[in-house]
Amino acid sequence: MKFLENLGFGLRSYLAGLGLGARLFVRLVLLGRVTMRRFSLVRDQIHFLGNYSLAIIAVSGLFVGFVLSLQGYYTLQRYGSADALGLLVALSLVRELGPVVSALLFAGRAGTSLTAEIGLMKAGEQLSAMDMMAVDPIKRILAPRFWAGVITLPLLSAVFSAVGVVGGWMVGVLLIGVDEGSFWSQMQGGVDVWSDVGNGVIKSVVFGITVTFVALLQGYEAQPTPEGVSRATTRTVVVASLAVLALDFVLTAMMFSI
Amino acid sequence: MTSRYFPPTANSALVELRDVRFGYGERVILDGITLTVPRGKVTALMGASGGGKTTVLRLIGGQYRAQAGQVLFDDQEVGAMQAGDLYAVRRRMGMLFQFGALFTDLSVFDNVAFPLREHTELSESMIRDIVLMKLQAVGLRGARNLMPSEVSGGMARRVALARAIALDPELVMYDEPFAGLDPISLGTAARLIRQLNDSLGLTSIVVSHDLDETFHIADQVIVLANGKIAAQGTPDDVRSSRDPLVRQFVTAAPDGPVQFHYPGASVEDDFGVEARP
Repeated sequence: MKFLENLGFGLRSYLAGLGLGARLFVRLVLLGRVTMRRFSLVRDQIHFLGNYSLAIIAVSGLFVGFVLSLQGYYTLQRYGSADALGLLVALSLVRELGPVVSALLFAGRAGTSLTAEIGLMKAGEQLSAMDMMAVDPIKRILAPRFWAGVITLPLLSAVFSAVGVVGGWMVGVLLIGVDEGSFWSQMQGGVDVWSDVGNGVIKSVVFGITVTFVALLQGYEAQPTPEGVSRATTRTVVVASLAVLALDFVLTAMMFSI
Repeated sequence: MTSRYFPPTANSALVELRDVRFGYGERVILDGITLTVPRGKVTALMGASGGGKTTVLRLIGGQYRAQAGQVLFDDQEVGAMQAGDLYAVRRRMGMLFQFGALFTDLSVFDNVAFPLREHTELSESMIRDIVLMKLQAVGLRGARNLMPSEVSGGMARRVALARAIALDPELVMYDEPFAGLDPISLGTAARLIRQLNDSLGLTSIVVSHDLDETFHIADQVIVLANGKIAAQGTPDDVRSSRDPLVRQFVTAAPDGPVQFHYPGASVEDDFGVEARP
């Protein structure tokens, strides 16, 4: 009997959590227009989140570009297609690695920071104080951060891909000696703005929504204790990373089928 | 500044709780309490920890909804309000949280300016003047540029008080404003509450455990115990109460109706010794 009670309680808590998350998501989306009217709040958060992640995104992009170029050359030269190295590096970055790796890094760097910030505001009764001042914390605190995250991640993905391409060029052309003209011309000819870059942008927007929402939800729902905030921060990384990888599969499958 | 004028026809109570019940799960926090908070007075809510004092404040502010009974603010039922009406009522209230709840990313000045910027269309120069006046009232005009991490606990609560009165509310609720303060800060905070109440014509509700300071500044004291009102009246009435629980509270006796030892196995059982004859 106790087991059934616990099962029922667990199920009800889970469903309540889902419902709360869904309501919060709908509110954040509906608050988009109101939030953009006070763009200074969003701008400050874009600056904050972007600054947090720019260095790690740029450095990671560079190293991923290095490795892609080395691995790509190793495979392509077997088939006498080393000239296509630029195309391989660019397509890999723009379609896949740029959005996915940026989202994973964003979750670890900016996402955890968002969760901790919101969780600590909750623990310090700042959100309650705001609510008692007749200021809606979802509108004033969460919505600007949500929309800032949605805007920031595609920009960071673009930086990641661009730096990655430069990294690929440094290893492929400068280090290995692939022909520079072939490297750039194959890339220029083979990468389609709409189907390749466009798909990457769509992915990074979806990942931006996912990661930022997960981070905000975890912070907003965190137990207002040091342990609760610490757990929420960990959950942000785990849930957001798994969601990004699962969504990447779904989106890629959809994009190939179109 | 002149005191607010209360017309004689107006209900003399700004806040009323009528037969309010509230609890978490099976645990009852408030068991049908009825109380009134008169306009222009300082009302102290006292009682043991976990007795429901802060819950009363949150019910009045509409952050919690009563499970039964009515919570009235200026004759309007707070529990029945939609979000818009609730926010309109909250603009007439200020609340001082236990540790100030200052926004840690904003300076002292910006913390006090926050409600003005959110709720009014005043120019920055006007906001500056109002903020400096409020900070002057709590003695912290010179600390306007400090960050919350740079001020002491007592100062943080004074900043929070300036923020709570920024919009000239009718009711200010203080949640344990004296907790953790040194004697000087404690005396300053108590005097400020009384002075601001009288000079701004406020109505104040103070949740506190500090008997001396609270009895000194309060017009009315309400003692909560076991979800009910154990005593209600002037500080002198409560001090002279014969109720054993109120006596224990007022004299700070370790044992009485509220027991020192948490219920459990006997000492003899735990230590495996025979009880003395």
